[in-house]
Amino acid sequence: MSIMQSQKVSDDVDATAVAPTSKIRARGLSFWYGGHQALFANDLDIAEHRVTAIIGPSGCGKSTHLRVYNRIFELYPHQRAEGEVQIDGTNVLGPTTDVLDLRRRVGMIFQKPTPFPMSVFDNVAYGLRLEKRMRRSALQERVELALRRAALWDEVKDKLRTAGASLSGGQQQRLCIARAIAVEPEVLLMDEPCSAIDPVGTAKIEQLIGELRERFTIALVTHNMQQALRVSDYTAFFFEGHIVEFGETQQLFERPAEPQTADYVSGRFG
Amino acid sequence: MAPGTVPKSFGDRLFFVVTACAAALVLALLVVLVLRLTQYAWPAISRFGLRFLVDGRWDIGAEQFGAASSIYGTLITTLIAMLIAAPLGVASAMFLVEMAPSWLSGSVGVALELLAAVPSIIYGMWGLFIFAPFMANYVQPTLAGWLGFLPLFQGPKMGLGVLTAGIILALMILPFITAVSRDVFRLVPPVMKESAYGVGATTWEVTRDVSLRYGVAGIAGALFLGLGRALGETMAVTFVIGNNHALSASLFDAGNTIASTLANEFAEADSDLHRAALVELGLVLFGMTLVFQLLAQLWLRRVRKSMGSRR
Amino acid sequence: MTMKRLAYRRWTDRIARAMAALAAVFGVVVLGAILLTVVYRGASALGIDFFTLATAAPRERGGMANALLGTFYLVVLATLLGVPLGMLCGTYLAEFGREGPLAVAVRFACEILMGTPSILIGVLIYTLLVVPVGGFSGYAGAVALAVIMIPVVARTTDEMLRLVPHELRESALALGAPHWKVTLGVVFTAARSGLVTGALLALARTSGETAPLLFTALNSTAWPRDLTEPTANLTVTIYNRAMSPFDDWQQMAWGASLVITSAVLGLTVAARWALGRHCR
Repeated sequence: MSIMQSQKVSDDVDATAVAPTSKIRARGLSFWYGGHQALFANDLDIAEHRVTAIIGPSGCGKSTHLRVYNRIFELYPHQRAEGEVQIDGTNVLGPTTDVLDLRRRVGMIFQKPTPFPMSVFDNVAYGLRLEKRMRRSALQERVELALRRAALWDEVKDKLRTAGASLSGGQQQRLCIARAIAVEPEVLLMDEPCSAIDPVGTAKIEQLIGELRERFTIALVTHNMQQALRVSDYTAFFFEGHIVEFGETQQLFERPAEPQTADYVSGRFG
Repeated sequence: MAPGTVPKSFGDRLFFVVTACAAALVLALLVVLVLRLTQYAWPAISRFGLRFLVDGRWDIGAEQFGAASSIYGTLITTLIAMLIAAPLGVASAMFLVEMAPSWLSGSVGVALELLAAVPSIIYGMWGLFIFAPFMANYVQPTLAGWLGFLPLFQGPKMGLGVLTAGIILALMILPFITAVSRDVFRLVPPVMKESAYGVGATTWEVTRDVSLRYGVAGIAGALFLGLGRALGETMAVTFVIGNNHALSASLFDAGNTIASTLANEFAEADSDLHRAALVELGLVLFGMTLVFQLLAQLWLRRVRKSMGSRR
Repeated sequence: MTMKRLAYRRWTDRIARAMAALAAVFGVVVLGAILLTVVYRGASALGIDFFTLATAAPRERGGMANALLGTFYLVVLATLLGVPLGMLCGTYLAEFGREGPLAVAVRFACEILMGTPSILIGVLIYTLLVVPVGGFSGYAGAVALAVIMIPVVARTTDEMLRLVPHELRESALALGAPHWKVTLGVVFTAARSGLVTGALLALARTSGETAPLLFTALNSTAWPRDLTEPTANLTVTIYNRAMSPFDDWQQMAWGASLVITSAVLGLTVAARWALGRHCR
């Protein structure tokens, strides 16, 4: 399959022209770390094929909210979520949800790049290999596609066999994005993906997010308001575990409805 | 004055000299160990030459000494111990870090550290009085019944012998290997594991592909340290190996290791040649532990390189 | 994702988890059984006689008091010798040597010595202190134990001192204090609990040692009056008695095993406790 062709096809479909539907609906989502409540009955809609930014001061629960979507919080014994998170109308917090399958459908990118201790190729192939046995050539094709979509192919095509950890910080983060999108998830959760990356790397990743939104639904946690303004369609402002305001990004930044939001986006606190 | 430079004032100079002497003493100990043992073993070295290493006879009356049976016993007991303790130890560590609830892994962790400190003579006592009869009554008949066609599992079912010694050694190094492996698994950054879970991996897949790979250098270090302990362990082996200088294919037969031979014969050795031969055995043991340690260091360095730079 | 593949992965995961849990349970059960045996068999051997009478012939009334006292002497002497030397060596490594050639060589020597089987340390001290003097002695035993301690203490001291922040040293040096005073007064105080832990761990490790005493201190049935003579000690007595055919001797060996195990575990717990204070 030609990569250029596929990009062309997606260019032809203007995703923004179609009215978005909600891919994810959080309803009455509360969260506890042991006895400490971190989220209070959050309602939030993440629009399909759009970028939704989650902003707010540190410790306000942005990351916590995101970590419920793929149930990664369940790795830790004292963390507990209540309420519903519907993906395509199905509550994924219910007991019948297959967590492995959920996490394949909902990819996650973390604050710090997390290249696995293996080669660049094996990193990207990791999820694919878990999913099914594949012929070498098919695997190579999928890895190349993912790396191209992550805008990393040209930089690493000659060092696919070197350790993932030997790349630069920005490259490592794009490697992690390639690894996440290789398994063709529906949703990408990004938890401050640029906070450990230099400005040049950040610019590349922001551009990449713009391209990826055509293919995936993206929820992006960021502490950088300029970034939210640059890359997102919708923005939710979190404060102390509550969603203070949610709306189209332009509107939320230019004409915030709540005084708290106005204070935050104009830089008075946080 | 910055630390790290040689001091100027008298008090400082004295302090420097005293500590440097203590440091040099440690270096000297190692040098003296090698030189003095070589000197003491010289009658045996010059008499038997390289044949010492391959000769299986150890006849005190005829003053004919060869190390082959001791070297074989040392290696085979260590091999048995590692075959048992390495998988058990690493698997237990995996359980403690990746699967067990925190209260359990906490208390088991403390117990492990304590068990790793239990003197080896205790393992010897337990092996002799409790485990050897158990071997004779249950384990050896079972093994002989199932695998008796192999020469390894033929022979007297007395409870004592090479296999028993290997198992006791395994138990002795097990808490040690588990404790060190657990520390290694713990050092894997949580976010690394989270991102593997995030792709949809199972606990086992995360452990195999991320934790084990991430910790491979440390795990190998743990195994090599355990191996070093097993090689030179004296008391846990001497109690149960039966102390017999014979090369036998059977794991049920009594055998000996270098350390057990030293423990048994050194204090009572009458002839100078006998004692020299025993010291030469000790040198061989020292050489073995040294080779394993150096191999471990080299291997670890290679592994670190191939995994790329890690912060 | 094919359901078959997912089911296969899930079962692999379950089996791997079950095996890991079994391994852990097996280890805990067997090692627990060893400790319980020592407690069970040992406790019945302990009594007033055990702690007050000297070792006696089979079938005669006796105890382990001389061996207890002998081990105490040997370990105390070894500590007095080994801990200060080890600390001085560690101080050199952390404060002066750093990454210099001598420090690198000494650290390497420490690693090798720590990996050297303790019975070889016994042989070394035999050739150095028993042969020239012409007989086994308690002093030789104590030196052998000290030699085992030195590299352990040196390495922990090295590591603990290097954990002390540079700013602390520099601010003390900036007040005009000489380096040796800063090291002993400020750096050692800051690393105090860590140093205690190192010393206690070395003590725990050596007090249960048997092999290095076999041809140095040997053993004796007498009270330890003169350390230039072979000296009674617990571990070698355990070895001799366990290997004997006499029931009551074997019984005493179990009692001594319980005592030495309790002592070593007690020291290990104390070391952990000291480290806990250090980290707080």
